[in-house]
Amino acid sequence: MSEEVQDARQLTDYYAQMVLIRRFELVADQMYKRARIGGYCHLNLGEEATVVGLMAALREQDYLFTTYRDHGYALARGMEPGRVMAELFGKSTGVAKGRGGSMHMFDAGLHMLGGYGIVGGQIPPATGAALALAYRTTAGPEAGAVLCQLGDGTTNIGAFHESLNLAAIWKLPIVYAIVNNRLGMGTAVEAASGEPDLYKRGASYRIPGERVDGNDPVAVRQGADAMLARAREERRPGLLELMSYRLKGHSVVDPAKYRSQSEVETAQAADPVPAFRARLLQADVLTEESARAIEDDAEEKVGAAVAFAENSPDPAPSELFDFAYAQDVPNAPRALPGDPLEVEL
Amino acid sequence: MSEIFMPRLSDTMEEGVIARWTKKPGDAVKAGEVIAEIDTDKATMELEVFEDGVIEQLLVEEGATVPIGQVVALVGPGAGGGTGGTTTAAPAAAAPEGPAAREPGTRVPMSPLARKIAREHGIDPDTLAGSGPGGRVVRQDVEAAIAALAPGGGAASAPGTGAPQATPAAPSGTGSKAAPAGGPPPPAVVAGPAAAAVPAAGTTAGAAADATEIPLTQMRKATARRLTESAAVPHFDLTIPVTVDPLLAFRADINARLAEDGVKVSVTDLLVRAVAVTLRRHPKVNSSWDGDRILQHRRVHVGMAVAIEAGLIVPVIRDADAKGLSVLARESKELAEKARAGKLRPEEFSGGTFTLSNLGMFGIEQFTAVINPPEAAILAVGASVAEPYVEEGALRERTVIRLTMTSDHRVLDGAVSAGFLRDLKQTLEEPLRILL
Amino acid sequence: MNAEPAQITYRQALNDTLRAELTRDPNVILLGEEIGKFEGSYKITAGLLKEFGPERVRDTPIAEEGFVGAAIGAAMLGLRPVVEIMTLNFSLIAIDQIVNHGAKIYGMFGGQTPVPVVIRFPGGGGQQLAATHSQNLEVWYAHVPGLKVIAPSTPADAKAMLTAAIRDDDPVIFLENLALYNTKGVVPDGEQVAEIGRAAVVREGTDLTVITYSRGTLIALEVARRFAEEGISLEVVDLRSLRPLDRATFCESVRRTSRAVVLEDDWLSYGIGAEISATLMECAFDYLDAPVRRVAAAEVPLPYAKPLELAALPDAEDLARVVREVLAATGFRS
Ligand SMILES: Cc1ncc(C[n+]2csc(CCOP(=O)(O)OP(=O)(O)O)c2C)c(N)n1
Ligand SMILES: [Mg+2]
Repeated sequence: MSEEVQDARQLTDYYAQMVLIRRFELVADQMYKRARIGGYCHLNLGEEATVVGLMAALREQDYLFTTYRDHGYALARGMEPGRVMAELFGKSTGVAKGRGGSMHMFDAGLHMLGGYGIVGGQIPPATGAALALAYRTTAGPEAGAVLCQLGDGTTNIGAFHESLNLAAIWKLPIVYAIVNNRLGMGTAVEAASGEPDLYKRGASYRIPGERVDGNDPVAVRQGADAMLARAREERRPGLLELMSYRLKGHSVVDPAKYRSQSEVETAQAADPVPAFRARLLQADVLTEESARAIEDDAEEKVGAAVAFAENSPDPAPSELFDFAYAQDVPNAPRALPGDPLEVEL
Repeated sequence: MSEIFMPRLSDTMEEGVIARWTKKPGDAVKAGEVIAEIDTDKATMELEVFEDGVIEQLLVEEGATVPIGQVVALVGPGAGGGTGGTTTAAPAAAAPEGPAAREPGTRVPMSPLARKIAREHGIDPDTLAGSGPGGRVVRQDVEAAIAALAPGGGAASAPGTGAPQATPAAPSGTGSKAAPAGGPPPPAVVAGPAAAAVPAAGTTAGAAADATEIPLTQMRKATARRLTESAAVPHFDLTIPVTVDPLLAFRADINARLAEDGVKVSVTDLLVRAVAVTLRRHPKVNSSWDGDRILQHRRVHVGMAVAIEAGLIVPVIRDADAKGLSVLARESKELAEKARAGKLRPEEFSGGTFTLSNLGMFGIEQFTAVINPPEAAILAVGASVAEPYVEEGALRERTVIRLTMTSDHRVLDGAVSAGFLRDLKQTLEEPLRILL
Repeated sequence: MNAEPAQITYRQALNDTLRAELTRDPNVILLGEEIGKFEGSYKITAGLLKEFGPERVRDTPIAEEGFVGAAIGAAMLGLRPVVEIMTLNFSLIAIDQIVNHGAKIYGMFGGQTPVPVVIRFPGGGGQQLAATHSQNLEVWYAHVPGLKVIAPSTPADAKAMLTAAIRDDDPVIFLENLALYNTKGVVPDGEQVAEIGRAAVVREGTDLTVITYSRGTLIALEVARRFAEEGISLEVVDLRSLRPLDRATFCESVRRTSRAVVLEDDWLSYGIGAEISATLMECAFDYLDAPVRRVAAAEVPLPYAKPLELAALPDAEDLARVVREVLAATGFRS
């Protein structure tokens, strides 16, 4: 297989993944509004290229930790769309058996060790995962590494700095990937960060940083590849900043009134999904028909995911204490509200 | 939410005992429905609610003595629902200050353990003196009470508590320690003196050893109090024999005639009727002593003393002078039955103007009765006995009942009472007068 | 004739146990500030760096949130990190990682990945360390489902319970106490693994139950000895496990004695004693002859000055006084 053909297949695949995420998120938005989904629900709309590029760089032996904006990562890492949707629906077939919801996608087998709802919460455990890899494996081109995804706003939290410092002194195989979508919830990067060039924020820890175009999955992949390679081979952590923009509000209920119409229009003009489509059409990687087929396929997959989620059973209240502890011990509480104390004498 | 008070259910009642709750928290009740039986000094009464609702809370435990006016239960509109169970309250022996009875201060504080042991031994918490802080009744108080009740005064065990046995503090060493309930004997725990809750026990120890102690019922207490009052009344006794052969014949005749109606007239009924019509003619006797004056009653209400298990009670036939014999007979029968069942209502045993006490059925020929204050007199009726007598020189036989009238000398003088007795004798000896 | 069994300190028991577990399981690593070269603030890890090397006995920067979180992440990949936090007070900086992450990861992600981490720290005041360095906030952790919180009071328990904690698959908060490190006791040889979630009746008695844990157990035993001289028999229950809480053991005890006093090092309001008392209300109501009493720390930020510190912390005299009050309230006389 020629490199060109291989590339074409990969690019097509990237596009297919981007389209799948786009479709999934649009439908999630609808499902939320139809009250099928509860709680918070943060979408990757506009961030598809960052997700797909990062996941393309990640290998089977690697580990992934993300923020709560995690549906795309779950899909691109290989989770069944139906089980991701079922998690959003709170069904027992969900990837976390309906216990996590939107912010907490997880699949131990796929080494996706969680979306985390506490801002910055994933960073120390991701760093510890890299410590475990460093402790157990030797460096080399095939060694495992950790990818820790975070938002721009998250670079201001203490855990970020403590973790970067640990990764630096302990020489851990980890790449911190900042998806800079320019906003926290409504706070701009410039307003929140003393050093708004976020890729420079590793400088205090002598962690090399790089900024890439988050709207281009290929650029994202290449940036991540290079950093992951250093992590695998040299046990040097890296800080990757992906310039992106979210197309909608912070979460599905946010009308995003804090941005101007022109800002939104600029963003929409740069929407990575149609942009990548146009680029692949132009490069003859895709034809209109094959692009349509991909889009139809995504639509079908997401439709099937909704059907799967709809038809899945709710978790039974009797399963409430099923995962109270990994290792059972005597006297673990099992009382429901108002139950008399179970004191076996 | 309405408060259900301990009602005044007799003229002399000051406090009542909740003998039994017939409803529990959460039960719906209709106006007029009975929620408890109350032992008054006179009888067991029914406690009714005055409006529809749901029992929210029962504030006193069965067996507790409660002063008139204290709240014993709460009846709500029914939305809240009961909290379940009796609030294990028992009022302090002393009447609480003010009407609000729900203040915790009015409860006998009791540890849960003490309460449980008391319940198991059927001990009324209200009879216990608490030795704990704030008068809290604690385990040792209950155990002392149990020990005091038990023959020989030995300590009783508290079944089910698994608690160490209290060692009786009997100084003589005669009290035997109850056997430990299984398992190795627990180390002896020396509790306070067994007599702590029964201070009198020590003073009559010798006598008490051979006696069964019988706690006073409300009725016994009331009887004792009133008769003690009565003993202080200056009084005199007059006895008169009455020939009752015509009366007995009259009674047999009436009973034969009324048999179909199910009426059976007793000698007592005839006596009541005779007393009533005679009283109408002797208003001075139909009187009572009222401290600083005499009340002469316009209506004639005759009480008949009835002996029942719990003591003595006097159901009253109202307007006895105005009631026909059959009505009177039926009424007196009903009242006597109610009295024996402890079911008399207060108006049925209070407000008498004269009392009749009959011990004839026991063969007592003649006796004196103690006045039932504030009434002015009481009539003691002996047994009917056959007597020889001389008439026109010939020895004959007649049946005689001896009536002894005890009069309150503050109200009645000898001649007045004697006049009443003479007329009563005449009425009885010429029974047709009874019907007048 | 047998020689007296050797007594070792609580500190030594912990040190021995860490060594034994490091030796037994290569997945066990130690993390913490100054645990290596400095050999630990309280010398619990003395000698271990030399023996096991810096990969396994890892000094961390002063970054509680970072290294506690890192231990959690490492545990997710199957290591069994034992983290030392210098004192309980500094664990508050890591509380997000402990409560929001360590306690949640197994259950919230549907039971896919256990988090076998042990977080050790001493609590306790009484060393004139003033308010920020003298706290007993174990209830903060004991309140949280997903955590196991244990507090050994003797060197033997320190060994058996630390062994159990390291081998347990869930995050375990292992509460030590500054006042216990130098206490001595007999520690059985060989492998000892305690059962997490079990209290122990450490002294049997018939008249009153003292329920306590950690340092309080020593105080309670001392008070019980004094009372025994007067012929009063106190039972002492050492909770050992604050989560899960072994309610049955102390319920059963109080049902027998009908009197209970809780001795706790934490502040009174919302403390361990509140939980114990509420439990007794349910499980022993009909057996209580007096209200349950609590002997807890005065509710002030602990002052530095010795007389104030002494006044604020519960001690044997406080316990003895309350025990007497409860006995007196039930008319008890020995
Ligand atoms: C510790 C913490 N503080 C606050 C929040 C609320 N919160 C959720 S997302 C968010 C903004 C995060 O912004 P960023 O890191 O840029 O991520 P993005 O949402 O843009 O992907 C905030 C403040 C939180 N979840 N956790
Ligand atoms: Mg952002």
